[in-house]
Amino acid sequence: MLKRNRKPGLKDLISSSKERRNLKLGLIFISPWIIGFSMFILYPIFASLYYSFTDYTMISAPKWIGLSNYTKLFFRDEYFRISLYNTLYYTLFSVPLGIVFSVAIALLLNTKVEGMPVYRTIYFLPSITPVVAISILWMWLLNPQYGLVNSILRLIGIEGPGWLTDPAWAKPSLIMMSIWGTGRAIVIYLAGLQDIPQELYEAAEIDGASSLEKVRRITLPLLTPSIFFNSIIGMIGAFQTFTQAYIMTGGGPLNSTLFYGLYLYRNAFNYFSMGYASALAWILFVIVFLCSLLVFKSSGRWVHYGQ
Amino acid sequence: MGKRILRNRLQDNWRKSKKKKIFIHKSLIHLALISISVIFIFPFYWLVSTSLKSNEQIFTFSPVWIPNPPQWVNYIKAWTFVPFATYLKNTLIICTSIVIGTVLSCSLVAYGFSRIKWVGRDTVFMLVLVVMMIPFQVRMIPLFIVFRSLGWLNTFLPLIVPTYFGVAFYIFLLRQFFLTIPFEFSDAARVDGASDFWIWSRVILPLSKPAIATTALFQWIDQWQDFMGPLIYINDPKKFTLSLGLQQFQSQHLGVEWGLLMAASTIMVLPIIVLFFFTQKTFIQGITMSGLKG
Repeated sequence: MLKRNRKPGLKDLISSSKERRNLKLGLIFISPWIIGFSMFILYPIFASLYYSFTDYTMISAPKWIGLSNYTKLFFRDEYFRISLYNTLYYTLFSVPLGIVFSVAIALLLNTKVEGMPVYRTIYFLPSITPVVAISILWMWLLNPQYGLVNSILRLIGIEGPGWLTDPAWAKPSLIMMSIWGTGRAIVIYLAGLQDIPQELYEAAEIDGASSLEKVRRITLPLLTPSIFFNSIIGMIGAFQTFTQAYIMTGGGPLNSTLFYGLYLYRNAFNYFSMGYASALAWILFVIVFLCSLLVFKSSGRWVHYGQ
Repeated sequence: MGKRILRNRLQDNWRKSKKKKIFIHKSLIHLALISISVIFIFPFYWLVSTSLKSNEQIFTFSPVWIPNPPQWVNYIKAWTFVPFATYLKNTLIICTSIVIGTVLSCSLVAYGFSRIKWVGRDTVFMLVLVVMMIPFQVRMIPLFIVFRSLGWLNTFLPLIVPTYFGVAFYIFLLRQFFLTIPFEFSDAARVDGASDFWIWSRVILPLSKPAIATTALFQWIDQWQDFMGPLIYINDPKKFTLSLGLQQFQSQHLGVEWGLLMAASTIMVLPIIVLFFFTQKTFIQGITMSGLKG
């Protein structure tokens, strides 16, 4: 950075008194974060790693049991497998479908149609509505007998499924609901679309490109950074899905919506198996980490950064 | 002459057909957008309309589109059956304390990450961002145990106190904004002998009103609807938030009192929607700011 011939060591950089002063000042300003980081992030992470090797019900002190929690989890816990499967299923469908849906809407909104801000407002609304209220509202909409969805289907002569009460339809129902709430992503994509320089399209038009070609060769490639950002955020969020299942289905019917987050919560706060729940949390941590790594690694192939 | 007329006419026709094509194209797009709008907005209509229906109009196989006569009594019942005033008060206390804490701590930290150059700054900042990706479940249990041993269960402290030590997302948001403020401003103040705290409070904060408004707004909405936090730390009904209160109400009236439930949900949703309509611009700017320049 400063010297050309040799790599500057830490000592060189903080040698001058001005730099020492800046370091001190910088640390003072970020000190709230340093304290918060150690108390609310670093400590809990290591503590939960420790608890994951113990039997801890909060009545007596944690008792070291080695890998027992992990062996139970991998070999003797059917619900672990069910909840992991449900969560992967939910993530694998809700995230990509959400991306396709919101990119498509953003593309439609970006065609310079009149009233774009009004549409944008409407699509954004569900994403700021409290989850508890949304969950209750959708329970009512999807009510098998009296719900609006099945009433409308009945009007056109279709007998709708039991939705949240049908093991085959419960997960798709929650996925559908999550797509309804993708407004935030639409706004992000729309902003990304408006950042694309107009000259690119004009140049493509001179070369005789059709609208479809323009979308495929200019718009989508330049939108990939936003898609990348949203897929990471969406994936991490989907893995932690909890509230909807807790309120709407309680994990049922027949455990079809027993998500990982819900199963973990039950172990911790209904059965008070803090050690076992910590082991579950760490497995979740590893899975989320590996999946993020996978998306990051793959990003070199499909994410285009302009310039 | 004749040739020119013909050419003009042809051109005219071409222009007309192009105009027609654009018109059809635009109409199709509007049609698509409007159909999607109906799907997005109709659940809200159904929320409000169900909240004004009697049970006879709710439990019917052919949907009643407009409640007649509107049962305002559902709102009175919902409000009196359940201590919503208490829940509202609790939620307001929590939201306000959290917004103050978030703005104060995050703007200080963001200043340290953007307006002062120090060794290792950007590496530490990366850590702030990476840590954001750790699932909450990993920290949940030790945090619960710590707060329990501090005697903080059934108080708002576990929800409020951590935000006074910086929230990663808002540190990021404010830092991005602080970086766009010309450095000449702070340099000039420094030449005049101003301290960094003075610059933070008198130069940077006043210039960052949009970013601070965004932070306050996002955090407010996030906390207004937070469910898991209150669920874990609070089980005294007098301390419930709106989210938790509404969920408890729902689980007690499972599948029967839909009118009351919808009225209660409307009470919770309405303030957020009103707030959103008044602050739309801040919202859209904030999301644009957070989503792209990373």
